[in-house]
Amino acid sequence: MKTAGSEQNKLPQPLWLLAELTYACPLQCPYCSNPVEMVNVKNELSTGDWIRVMREARVMGATQLGFSGGEPLVRKDLEILIAEARQLGYYTNLITSGVGMDEKRVEAFKKAGLDHIQVSFQASSEELNNFIAGTDAFQHKLEMARSVKKHGYPMVLCFVLHRKNEDQIRDILELSINLEADYVELATTQYYGWAFHNREQLIPTRQQLEHAEKVAKEYQDKMKGKMRIFYVIPDYFEDRPKRCMDGWGKIFLTITPDGTALPCHAARQLPGLEFPNVRDRSVEWIWNDSPDFNKFRGLDWMKEPCRSCPEKEKDLGGCRCQAYMLTGDARNADPVCDKSPHHKELVELVERVGSLAGTPEFEAKPLVFRSMKNSKKIMKEKSAATV
Amino acid sequence: MANPFSAEDIPVITPTFRLQWEQAQDCYVILYPEGMVKLSPSAGEIMKRCDGKTNITHMIDDLNNQFPGADLENDVYKFLEVAHENGWIRAK
Ligand code: SF4
Ligand code: SF4
Repeated sequence: MKTAGSEQNKLPQPLWLLAELTYACPLQCPYCSNPVEMVNVKNELSTGDWIRVMREARVMGATQLGFSGGEPLVRKDLEILIAEARQLGYYTNLITSGVGMDEKRVEAFKKAGLDHIQVSFQASSEELNNFIAGTDAFQHKLEMARSVKKHGYPMVLCFVLHRKNEDQIRDILELSINLEADYVELATTQYYGWAFHNREQLIPTRQQLEHAEKVAKEYQDKMKGKMRIFYVIPDYFEDRPKRCMDGWGKIFLTITPDGTALPCHAARQLPGLEFPNVRDRSVEWIWNDSPDFNKFRGLDWMKEPCRSCPEKEKDLGGCRCQAYMLTGDARNADPVCDKSPHHKELVELVERVGSLAGTPEFEAKPLVFRSMKNSKKIMKEKSAATV
Repeated sequence: MANPFSAEDIPVITPTFRLQWEQAQDCYVILYPEGMVKLSPSAGEIMKRCDGKTNITHMIDDLNNQFPGADLENDVYKFLEVAHENGWIRAK
């Protein structure tokens, strides 16, 4: 977040509260960052629990509130939660696929005080969109996007890019213009959860990226002052990692459907965390005092090469989850960094995918879609592998 | 760039942005999809007056009354220009 002429506060505040209301979702995106273990998460927080969490986080300084999931529209109490959030003074963001929405609900949200709806698309063509989403949703999404605009919300469209839709970028941007988007987020797939599972089928090629970057730039210039386009190069293709979540326990607080508090929505997979739950603990304790939220705060937890690196204040050693997934130790440097001894494995992966992409045998490997059924199956395979 | 506003204009906050006092930050902030900008005390005082009713001449008079001694005219125009560029305000 930017500051216009005022001092940053010393103590970190959870400025951003991400409320993952449910893992239920009518779509099945294979790039979904929800945990593949989601079938094991039962016992969703009640309306009352969420209201308490929102109140407590607001007192701690939270201003931005994202309702996400899964698909937050599945929650019948969404209107109640929005009204409460707005009354508390949050800027309320609804992050949705649009499936489960209708004109009436868009109106009810407005009445409840919702500030912004972000509609995600899977692609710019009906066929590919529906394939990736694992359901026939495209026409409905278009309709909902128009309805969002009509009701005076800022229009934010989100497209998650990967090898299967990267080449559609021009059509994606044309579609955004057509829908009169104010902001377009060309998000790169983040390889957590389901996306990690499907990594080989999703990683784009270097040529695709170069093309995408060029087209994004062209539209950024063309639409200057009318539509803001966000495009970032996927970090697998870079040699310095991104500053992840702006720092562990620095501004982000994620609450998962069952009340587990996480410093980032992918952190559930990290070993050694205690996963404090808002059912047992106050938000204040979780944020300020819990071992989890202090584990990677600041710089003292670092190992080499980060510990003695002059750039450590800048990128904070990158993403802890990526370090863990790719090196087995969350305290290692994010292997996106070329100072990491694991960096070459990442380069090899990207090159291997680049050379095999487009060949029939390689592309024939099916995507594993995000569903409770597949979650169960993966869990079974995992437990079989550990016996 | 020439300033987009003149003395008679009545600036108003664009509906897709929200201005709000934040206790925890001890300042006014501007909120928009997934983001927030903290305002300096003087910027907050100016934004607060972009209420769709006050023209710039009145705004400056009002500020000069509240903060006597300072000649704020230039600062007000400068800030309004920045705010306009960011899309936070427009002329009514
Ligand atoms: S990424 Fe797709 S499957 Fe995952 S929650 Fe969002 S819409 Fe549902
Ligand atoms: S060694 Fe660590 S701190 Fe230095 S640039 Fe790489 S990831 Fe960042």
